Formats: sequence, structure tokens, C-alpha cells
Amino acid sequence: MSHADDQQGTRRDFLYYATGGAGVVATGAAVWPLVNQMNPSADVRALSSIRVDISDVAEGSQLTVKWLGKPVFIRNRSAEDIENARADSLDDLPDQNARNANIDPSADASDANRTLDEEGRWLVMMGVCTHLGCVPLGNGAGDYHGWYCPCHGSHYDAAGRIRKGPAPENLPIPVAEFVDETTIKLG
Amino acid sequence: MIRKLTLTAVTAMSLALGAGAAQAAGGGEGGYGHIEDVAFSFEGPFGKYDQMQLQRGLKVYTEVCAACHGLRYVPLRTLADPGGPGYTEDEVRAYAAEHFYVYDEELEDDREALPSDHFPAVSGDGMGPDLSLMAKARAGFHGPYGTGINQLLRGIGGAEYIANFLLGFTGEEDEVAGQYLYENMAFSTGWVQMAPQLEDDLIEYDDGTPATAEQMAHDVAAFLMWTAEPKMMARKQAGILGVSLLLLLTVLLYLTNKKLWYPIKHGGKQANL
Amino acid sequence: MSGIPHDHYEPKSRFETWLHERLPVVALAYDTLMIPTPKNLNWWWIWGIVLAFTLVLQIVTGIILVMHYTPHVDLAFASIEHIMRDVNGGHMLRYMHANGASLFFIAVYIHIFRGLYYGSYKSPREVTWIIGMLIYLVMMATGFLGYVLPWGQMSFWGATVITGLFGAIPFIGPDIQTWLLGGPAVDNAALNRFFSLHYLLPFVLVGLVAVHIWAFHSTGNNNPTGVEVRRGSKDEAKKDTLPFWPYFVIKDLFALAIVLMVFFAVVGFMPNYLGHPDNYIEANPLATPAHIVPEWYYLPFYAILRAFTADVWAVQLVSFITGGIVDAKFFGVLAMFGAIFVIVLAPWLDTSKTRSGAYRPMFKFWFWLLGIDFMVLMWVGAQSTEFPYDWISLIAATYWFAYFLLILPILGWTEKAKQPPATIEDDFNHHYPEASGSAAE
Repeated sequence: MSHADDQQGTRRDFLYYATGGAGVVATGAAVWPLVNQMNPSADVRALSSIRVDISDVAEGSQLTVKWLGKPVFIRNRSAEDIENARADSLDDLPDQNARNANIDPSADASDANRTLDEEGRWLVMMGVCTHLGCVPLGNGAGDYHGWYCPCHGSHYDAAGRIRKGPAPENLPIPVAEFVDETTIKLG
Repeated sequence: MIRKLTLTAVTAMSLALGAGAAQAAGGGEGGYGHIEDVAFSFEGPFGKYDQMQLQRGLKVYTEVCAACHGLRYVPLRTLADPGGPGYTEDEVRAYAAEHFYVYDEELEDDREALPSDHFPAVSGDGMGPDLSLMAKARAGFHGPYGTGINQLLRGIGGAEYIANFLLGFTGEEDEVAGQYLYENMAFSTGWVQMAPQLEDDLIEYDDGTPATAEQMAHDVAAFLMWTAEPKMMARKQAGILGVSLLLLLTVLLYLTNKKLWYPIKHGGKQANL
Repeated sequence: MSGIPHDHYEPKSRFETWLHERLPVVALAYDTLMIPTPKNLNWWWIWGIVLAFTLVLQIVTGIILVMHYTPHVDLAFASIEHIMRDVNGGHMLRYMHANGASLFFIAVYIHIFRGLYYGSYKSPREVTWIIGMLIYLVMMATGFLGYVLPWGQMSFWGATVITGLFGAIPFIGPDIQTWLLGGPAVDNAALNRFFSLHYLLPFVLVGLVAVHIWAFHSTGNNNPTGVEVRRGSKDEAKKDTLPFWPYFVIKDLFALAIVLMVFFAVVGFMPNYLGHPDNYIEANPLATPAHIVPEWYYLPFYAILRAFTADVWAVQLVSFITGGIVDAKFFGVLAMFGAIFVIVLAPWLDTSKTRSGAYRPMFKFWFWLLGIDFMVLMWVGAQSTEFPYDWISLIAATYWFAYFLLILPILGWTEKAKQPPATIEDDFNHHYPEASGSAAE
């Protein structure tokens, strides 16, 4: 076999690899849209962020809104609630983490790390028990004057932290912010 | 080989084109239904929507058309989509709340529209058809001789139809069985129930463009093309990407094929590629 | 007829042997892929691959569209708009599916006319031909059912008109139409069953395509000369053929890339060119569009349906003989299905001993006239039924039947055909004079 034949072989191989490679790229480009179409569509994504008007939520009462298919508790806490929640020592808590999506994931579960505003009036959290997903009862229910889950008896305090019962974690706080004085944006 | 290949391609194309032509046949009568071409920015494989024109068109729709025509398939949030009028989300929220009320099933009451709502549907006595897809539901061009081949050059002409329609009123009117009809040169039968709407300086554009009737007609036609085909620019980009990729693949496959067959066609000699 | 002799798959490793004894699937794939293929196939032989690809394209995009579509009269139209506006890339998928139907029919028509020209329907390939025509019929049904799903004006009125064809059948027609629609008119029941069948039939197509391929892999491909591959021995067969892989796979892929390039240009730059504007108006049972026009691929046969009106003497004659049972309406329906049925009968109507039309001078003329006739029918099918369109469609429809029922049988006796090359190898070497040199050198 001559030297020229060798070179032929290499060049032929290159052409075949280039063609095969282009074929693979074209196939890949065709497959991605087939996968991506199953991701949430624009109308679903449009509902991933909602605005809630809280001007009618009186002190000491709670508004439950549906967001991403789940209930969200928005509570305007009374001075008593705040006092109760802040009085508790961190050492008494089964779950020491704030579970707050708006702040550092390692923040501790102190009451100040749970509320949306500095003052501690507004508590916004998912209304889904961290045990098996029931919706806890509110308005000062349970042994700790917060929420009580009727399914398996988990007690949450006035800051939504788990205190007693089978639930492993505090009620999670979703991404939320004040857009203006009376509007909270979820997501 | 290339000759035969060309023949094949030409046959395929002519089949397709002849078909399209046949499809587009059937046009106006008696001088009515004639549509003048309008040079829109979004025509051709590289054409884009003119963002400012879409914004002006939205204003014409809101202040003039919306009284009698809905856009029920168009979500308000898409006013902020790339390739569209390009408003910010806050602007869309303000626009929705200012102009439209929708019925909320959970509240069991009307409320201000949100970006996640659609433009309202408008129905009832004396109200016109929904305009969401009007620019795709009309063909402006049918010729020559009912073959529709000119659609290849000018596009299907839905936006042109809308612009011509809005400017096509002659001022003549007629009463038939208690119903007023207005003569319109763009309409196939010449007489329509809709009264002429556009006149110079009917509205004031935010960008200072003089609001002539022609300007408004072109702007709202462009806007309605966008409501009918909001993904046009994404589609053209995908088309360009797809054609380019396939062009590359075609060239490579041509060379590979030639190389592969060369020994067969030349008594065992290798191709010099 | 036995297949073309060629090397068969021999399991090598222990695993291959183990699997082969239990399920010879590798052997099946090998024999299918390495099938000896006449080496003189020209570029008209690429459309089979295009069709196979398009079937897969339609099934894949179709399955995806179903994930977002709602088959209900109140929601169908809106769910299509949801696909076009909200679903990620949904507008491309939908336009590809809609234009994919057009690609499918362009390819199938060229494929059928290729077969008509080169005599691919003749013995021993009649079964391949009949299955091919079945595929075409199922394609027509699938396309029709699918066109109803967007629930636009053309969807609705097209469905009304086409199911009306069945209503033209004497005595039981109206009952059949009601049974097809699940009610007195096109409504939710019809939409739901059309959806179900539109999803089912493509898989029937897959089965038919498999049998179609099986059939012509048993007889071997036809080729431009119509001369059979020599089957005396493997060596003899090798002089006429090349294995499908890689020679024809690469060739077909090259052609497919060009076809898809055109396809992508249509989808990207003028996706509504082949559609009808009226289908962007939601179905309204109370208002018929000015012109009801079927999709372009039905137009030739739609033209034949409309061509035979009550003032045509043949229609009057048949009506008189049958005592009015076959009226003009039913005659039109019979003519339309008959126009397809005569294609099925082509293997027996064509009496010529020469298979390929390339060697039949008279045949060529009539064949190309048939091609033009097909285009004329397609064009006139979209026109009104006024003069002169009524005459044009009647003449064109008559020629369609004359070609199959008169010209094909008569030509076989009257025509003096040219002599095809003795072997495929001769034909190939005639095109490529250098090819006769030994490959071993």
C-alpha cells in the first residue's frame, strides 16, 4: 500500500466523520424541541408569579390564596402573636432552619428570619404540612397558638415552625416580596 | 445526475406550488375585492415586526377597534413577549388594568384584567367578528388568474387585506331591510355592515407619528398580523437555522455519496475528494 | 419467485448465536438493510425513504400535539391557539405537522407516478402495488380526519361535505352518514371519533408500510429498465446489484436532506401557503364559507367527484338503466372511488410485455398527458363549477378513466416497444463507461 493510499484513507474517514457528526447535530437539534415542549407552557408560567392584595387582611386574621396549585397562608399577625413567637428560644425548636426561600438557606429559625417585614407582622408561608401534605388549620389552632394539622396532629407555632408531632420541618416560606404597601408578589 | 435531481426538485416544487395556486383560487367580482400590496416590515424570510408600529397599532386597536371587536385568543402578557410590541411587564399590567375588565369565576364578579388574562371577547348585537386571527383568515392575493402564485412573492396578504379594507370605503351607503350597508372596494361583495372608522387625527400617537388614516390602517394591520402570528420571528429564525443546518448536511452527504459511488462508477478507482 | 441470492447474516459471538437461535432479529435487520438493490436506480427512487421519514415525522409531531390538544367542539379551536401561542415551540410543531401532510402527499404522488411510468405495478409486484394503494387510501382518510381536528370553518364544512358522500349511497346512505357522525350533523361526537381514528390510522399505516416493504423485498426492486436482476447465482446477482447499505442509504439521505431543506423553508417562511385562510375562523354550523375547497391533495379526485353532473349523457344512461338508483350524486361518488380503483387494477389493465415506460414511445406520450391531466384536475378542483370549469373537469376526468381502461390495454397490443438492455449491468455500464473496469485493480 502506497503513501498516497494512506492519505486517501484519512481524507475519506474525515469526510465520513464530518457527515456523521453533522447528522448527529441535526438529529440533536430536532430532538430538543420534542423534549422542551413538555416543559410548562407560557400560560402556566404566567401564573408562576401572582400578586395578592392584602389591604383587606385585618390584624390577627389570615388570607389563604391558591398559588401553583397549593394554598398559601398570608397572616397579619397580632402583637400577641409576635410576642409569643419571639419569646420562644431556638433550642426548643425541632427544626432549627428558617426554611425561608428569600434568605440564606442556612439561616436559623428565629422569628425575624420567618417574617416578610422587619416589624414581624406579615407571615407568608405555604399551607402544606411538611409531614404528608395536608392543609393545617389556622387562626391560633394547636398547642402553640399557630397551626394544627388535623391529619396526624402536627402543631406549628405562631411563626409556622413545627413544635410537636410527626412533621419534620417548619412550614416553608416561598419567594415573596412587597411590591407596594398593600400588595405582596408571590414567586 | 444533477440534471435529474433538478428535475425531481422542480417537479416536487411545481406540485406544491400548483397546489397552493389551486387553493388560493377564487377572488373578487365586479371591481370589488382588489387588494393593493403594502410594504410591511415583516415580509420575506428576514422580515421583522416593527416594534414601534405594533405599539401604534395596539393604540389604534384599543381606542378604535376594541369597541366592537375582541381579541379573545391573545393573552395580554404576550404584549411583553420578545418579537412583539415589547412593553415591560409593568406597562402591560397597567395597560390591562386600565382598559379591560374580565369576569372572574372565583370572585364571581368582574375585576380589572391581569397580564395572565386574555384580551376580552366582544360579542353581542352589532358587534364585529373577533380579530385575533383575522390577518391569517383572509387572503389578499389570489392571482394571476386565480392561481395564487403571486402569494409566493407578496405573501398571503392578510395584513394587506385589513389595511385595504379599512381604507376601502367609498362613502356610499345603502339601507337594506333596516340594515345600513357601506360600500367598500376591498370587500368581495362590495357592501359591508361595518361603518367607516378611520379619519385623520382620530387618535394621537405617543411617538408623535402623524395619525393619518393610512398610517393608522397600516399600523393596526401590522398589529393584527402580530396577534395572528405572534411567533413569526421565532419561526423564521428556526427556518433559517433548519435550512442552514440541512444545507451543510446536504453538502456533506453529496460529497460522501459521490465518494462512495465513485469506485462503482469508475471501475474501482478511488474518488479524489 | 425466490428472492435475489445474497449473503445472509451469520452470528459470530456466543451472544449473537444465543440470541439468533431465540429471536433472529439481527438477521432480519441485516437482510433488510443489506438487501441487493439494482445499482441503476435513478433519483425517482428516493421518494420511498422520504415517505418513510414523513410517516415518522407525522407520528412524532402528532403524538406531541395530542399532549396539548383538546377534542371538544368548545375547546378544540382554542387549544390549537394554545399550541400556537403558549406551548414551547408549539407553533413549529404544529406547522410541521400541517405541512408534513402536504410533504407526505407530494411524495406519495411522485412515488405513484414513478411506479406508473416504470411499470413497477406489473407482475410480480402486484401485491406491493395493491398494498401501496391501500396505504394511499389510509393516508387520505388520516389526512381528512386530521383536518377536522382544528375545528375551523374548512374543518367543519369539509367534514360535512365528505361524510355527505356516504349519504349518497342508495337506500342506506343517510343511515351510514348518521352512523359515521354519531348524530344528524358534524358535532362533538364526530370530532371525538375522528380524533380517535386520526390517532389510530397512522399505526395502521406503519403496519401496511412494513408489509409493502416486505413484499418488494421478496420480489426485489423494480428499476428504470424494468429488467429483472439475474438470480442464477450470488456472483451474477452482484453484477446487477449493490447492497442497500451504504450505497442507497447515503444516496437517499442526501436526497432527503434536499427535500427537508425545501420543507423547512416552507415551514419557516410560508407555513400557511398550502392551507386555507378560512380554517383560521372557528367552525360555525350556521354559516358556510363562500367556497368549500378540500386540501390540495384531494383536489384531483374532488374534481372527478364533481365532474359528472346530471346533464352528462353517461350519467343519464346509468341513471335510466338502474331505474334512478344511481343518480348523479352517487355516480360522482362512484367515479371518485373508481378513479382510485382503476389505479389498483393497473397491473391487469396494462397488457404490454415491456415493463418500463422508458422503452415505450407511445406510452410515454399518454403517460405525460396523464401527469398533466392530474395537474389540471387539481387546478380545476379548486375552481367553481361554472363554465368552462365544468367542461374542463369532465374532459380531464374522462381522460383519467380512458388512460387506465382504454389506453393501457390497447397500447400493449398496438405499440412497438424498443428493446431494453439485456441486463442491469449493461444499463449501468452504458451510463458509466468506466465502470466495466475490474474493481479488484
